[in-house]
Amino acid sequence: MKTSRDVVSVDARPAARSVFNVYKIREDFPILRQKIHGKPLVYLDNAATTQKPEKVIEALHRFYSQYNSNVHRGVHSLSEQATEAYEDARSKVQRFIHACHVHEIVFVRSTTEAINLVAQSYGRKYVKSGDEIIISAMEHHSNIVPWQMLCEEKGAVLRVVPINDQGELLLEEYEKLFNPRTRLVSVAHVSNALGTVLPVRTIIDMAHRRNVPVLIDGAQSVPHLKVDVQQLDCEFYAFSGHKLFGPTGVGILYGKSALLENMPPYQGGGDMISSVTFEKTIYNVLPFKFEAGTPNIAGAIGLGMAIDYLDEVGLGNVAVYEQELLCYATEVLSTIPRLRIIGTAREKVGVLSFVIEGAHPHDVGTVLDQEGIAIRTGHHCAQPVMDRFAVPATARASVALYNTREEVDALARAIHKAIELFC
Amino acid sequence: MSYLNDLYQEVILDHNRKPRNFRELEDANRKADGYNPLCGDKVTVYIRLEDDVVKDVSFKGSGCAISTASASLMTETLKGKTRSEIAALFKAFRSLVTGKSDATVKQAELGKLAVFHGVSEFPVRVKCATLAWHTLQAALENQQETVSTE
Ligand SMILES: Cc1ncc(COP(=O)(O)O)c(C=O)c1O
Repeated sequence: MKTSRDVVSVDARPAARSVFNVYKIREDFPILRQKIHGKPLVYLDNAATTQKPEKVIEALHRFYSQYNSNVHRGVHSLSEQATEAYEDARSKVQRFIHACHVHEIVFVRSTTEAINLVAQSYGRKYVKSGDEIIISAMEHHSNIVPWQMLCEEKGAVLRVVPINDQGELLLEEYEKLFNPRTRLVSVAHVSNALGTVLPVRTIIDMAHRRNVPVLIDGAQSVPHLKVDVQQLDCEFYAFSGHKLFGPTGVGILYGKSALLENMPPYQGGGDMISSVTFEKTIYNVLPFKFEAGTPNIAGAIGLGMAIDYLDEVGLGNVAVYEQELLCYATEVLSTIPRLRIIGTAREKVGVLSFVIEGAHPHDVGTVLDQEGIAIRTGHHCAQPVMDRFAVPATARASVALYNTREEVDALARAIHKAIELFC
Repeated sequence: MSYLNDLYQEVILDHNRKPRNFRELEDANRKADGYNPLCGDKVTVYIRLEDDVVKDVSFKGSGCAISTASASLMTETLKGKTRSEIAALFKAFRSLVTGKSDATVKQAELGKLAVFHGVSEFPVRVKCATLAWHTLQAALENQQETVSTE
C-alpha cells in the first residue's frame, strides 16, 4: 500500500515523526476501521466534526473510571487530580495557540458559545445605539446571529464585507466599511463553506489602525493551521474541541487579558464568584469569572489530549500533507463533467464544496453514503454564502489528516455513479 | 445498491428530470410556499379550487430528486379530487414513506405514488418526500406563512 507518493516528507517544522505516514495515522482512529453499507468508511465530513484518536477516547475513559470528581471544590485526592488535569489542559491550549497567559484561556461549550459570550459580555457593555459591527459574507451562522441579536437589542448596525466569485474577501471593501462608529470586527479564519483562508493578519492590522478590536472564529482553522494569537494580535479567538479531534461539548475562548478583565460575567453561578452574600457578590478572577457552574471536565481533558496528539504528529506536517491532498482532490474533481467547485480561493484549506448540474447535493449525498462515503450536503450553516453563489445547497467534502488519495478516488467514483443515475 | 434503486425508481428519476405541472398557475386561487431548511429545498404550490374540488394544481421551486418528483407526482394525482380525498391520500402517503403502512392495501390506494415506498429506508429523506404535501395542505388551508419541515 505504501508508495512513495503517499508518504510525504516534510521540512516545515521538525516534529517527533518527521515523515508523515497517513496509514500509520489512520491506525490511531478506531472509528475508521468500520464499514458502512458493506464499504470501508470514507469519512470526508471533517468540517462538521472530526474523528477522535484512541488517545483521546482513552483519556475520557480514564477520567471517568479513575478520577472523576468536581474541580476547584474538594480537598480530597480525586478532586485534586481532576483539578490538576483540567488546569493542565488549559495550559496545553495556551501553548497550542501561543497565548501569553494561561488565564486568557476560557473553557466554554463551543465556538458558538465563545462568540455569544463576547457578544453578550463585551458587546452589551461597549456597543451602543448607532454603533457598527463588521463581519464577512462567508461567516457561519454562529458568527452572524449573535451579532444580529446584539444589534437588535442595542440599535446597532451589522456591516458585511463582500466576497468575490472565488470566495475571497474584498479587502478594499472592508477598508471602506470602517467609520468612527465601528466597535468590533468578527470574522472567520477559515470559511467552513468554501475553505477560504482569510487574510486575518491584514484584517486585524487594518482594524487596529482604527483602534477596533477583532474576534477571529477559528473553528475551521485550528485543525489545519498553526495559530499564534500573539502574532496575530487579535483580541479574541474562538474554536471548538470537536473539530480538533477532541470531544464535543468543549470549546475555547481566548481573550486578551486586559479586555477580559473589564468584561462583565456572561453567566452567573458557582465557580465564577469569590464571595457571595445577598448584599454583594464579588466575581472570581480570570478565567473563572467566565466559567460558571461545573464545566465539561472530561471534555477539557480530552481536548488537552487531542492537542498532545497533534503535537506528536506535528501540525506543520499535517498542513503540508493536507495541502497536497486538497490539490489532488481539486484536480480529480475538476475533471468531472457537470461538476463545479464552489470556493476557489488561492489560499484554501481542507474544504471542497461543489455542485453538480442536474444532481441535487442531497441526492448526491445519499448515493455517496451507500458507497460508505460521508460528506455534508446542505447550506452548511452559511446561507448567505449559498445566496452569494446562487445555489440552494452544496455538497462538501472536507479532509483531515487521516484522509488518503485512495479515498479521494473513491469519492470521484461515487460522484460519477451519482451523475450516471441522475443526469 | 438495492436500497438505492428502491429509492430512486425510474419513475422518480423521470419526474425529477422532467417535472410535470412545473409552472405558475395563472388562475390559482390558493398558493403556499414550503421550505426544508435542512437541504434548502423550496417549493411553491398553486391550486385552482372550486367547490371543494381541485380543478388544477401546479408547482415551482428547486429541490432534490425526491422532493421534485414527489411534487410532480402529487400534482398529477390531485386533479379532480376533493379536500377530504386529498387528506386521506396524504395520510396514506405519509404512512407509506415513514414505513408505517401495512403495505399492499395502502399501496393500491396510492396508485402511482406507491413508487415512494423506498423512502422509508431513508428516514432523513422523509421530509423531502412530504414537503410538497405539507405545502399543499397549507395552500388548501390558505395559510400565508411559509411552511417549514422543521
Ligand atoms: C467557521 C465556523 N464557525 C463556527 C462554527 C460553530 O461551531 P460549534 O457548532 O462547534 O459551536 C462552525 C461549525 O460548523 C464553523 O465551521
